[in-house]
Formats: sequence, C-alpha cells, structure tokens
Amino acid sequence: MAKSNKPIVWSLFAAGGTLAAFLAPVLVLLFLLAALGRVPLLLHYSQLHAFAAHWFGKLFLLVVIALFLWHAAHRLRVTLHDFGLRQDTAVAVVVYVVAAAGTLLSVLYLSRI
Amino acid sequence: MSRKPYIREVSKTGWYFKQPRYLRYMSREVTCIFIGAFALLLLCALGRLADGPASYDAFLASLQGPWAIFGLLAVLIFAVHNATSWFNVTPKAMPVQIGEEFLPGKFVVVAHYAVWIIVSLTVLFLAGVF
Repeated sequence: MAKSNKPIVWSLFAAGGTLAAFLAPVLVLLFLLAALGRVPLLLHYSQLHAFAAHWFGKLFLLVVIALFLWHAAHRLRVTLHDFGLRQDTAVAVVVYVVAAAGTLLSVLYLSRI
Repeated sequence: MSRKPYIREVSKTGWYFKQPRYLRYMSREVTCIFIGAFALLLLCALGRLADGPASYDAFLASLQGPWAIFGLLAVLIFAVHNATSWFNVTPKAMPVQIGEEFLPGKFVVVAHYAVWIIVSLTVLFLAGVF
C-alpha cells in the first residue's frame, strides 16, 4: 500500500481551520484593541504571564499557535500551486519546516515561562 | 494520444481573474497567509513574554501605530472571511443524518455561527474587554 503523509497534514489543516474559524477573529481583535491603545487586561504582562504559567494556558497557547501554523502551512502549499508555483516538493519542505520550527519554538518559549 | 492535442491556453498565474467564482475561491485560500502571519505574531508575543516584562512591554509599544492597526485590521477581515466561509461549508463537510433524512444544512450553519458568537463573547469577557 502506498504510504502518504497526506492524512496527517490534512487533519492538521482541518483542525487548524476550524480552531481559526472560532478563535482567530476574536484573538486578532484583542491585538487590534492593543494597537489602538486600549490594551485588554489579559494582554498586560502580569495577566498574560500568569495565564501562560498555568498548565491550561500553556496547552491553549501551544494548540492555538501550532494548529494555526500547520493550517496556514498546508493551505499555503496548495495556494502557491494555484498562484502558478509548481515546485511542490520544495514548497512543501519550506512551509512544513516553518510550521515545525514554530511549534518547537512555542514549546521552548512556554517552557521558559 | 492524438497527434495534435488541443491544449487550452490557461495562464498559470492569473487564471483566477477569469471568473468571479475563481476569485472568490482564491479569496478563501489567501486567508491562510493572514492566519499564518497572526500565528507568527502570537509566537513573537510569546517569545517576548518569556524574555520578561521590559521586552514584552516594548513589544506592546511596537504594536501602537498606523501600520500595526492597518495590518491587524486586514488580518481581522481575512480571519472573519475564513470563519464565515468555513462555517458555510460545514453542512457539506459533515452532513448530519437523522434516520433516513439529513438535517437541513442551514441548521448546521446557524449552530456554528451561534457557537462562534458565544465563544467570541466569552473570550472578550475573560480577556477583560468588558
């Protein structure tokens, strides 16, 4: 039977897309408020640090960042093909390496909090 | 294969301008660029948070300004576009069968929108926006 990694990356894409659909707009809104000078309480250092110090906060941040990254990586791979870039293997390596590196970095950052 | 195969000339880079529905398809696909950029922003914020209060506050200060506002507004628009287009196809992605019949698609869509609104309001409340 032919082996393929498609089910894995596709499930990460679908899970990330669903999570992004529910959460991305409101999370972006929090940062937009911060940019407008009305920093939400959660985005103050002490509050966010306390959130990220708790195991639930760590899990939430890791899942959000990792799934958003893997969703974007897989969809970007397909979208770059649609834009006329046909070097799929090279594109796949680049986008998945960035997603994997981002996932590892978020684990590293969370371990330091 | 025939000796003179008919090859339709299609631009590999500009084909989606031919039809409005191709353009709508591409508008859904490019949302991933904005979701990805936002994920990197979150990663950056997390790194600054791990570095300590001075670094994190400098990050927050760097968010203030017209370019960040413009960029986040664009991300917000595409994040909402991802959400609505994602929810609108849920009846096709996961049809709900009850006995012999399928639950009408609009119920599945409306349920997703309702959960989306509740989740968004809950996050805003927990984040201390109101």
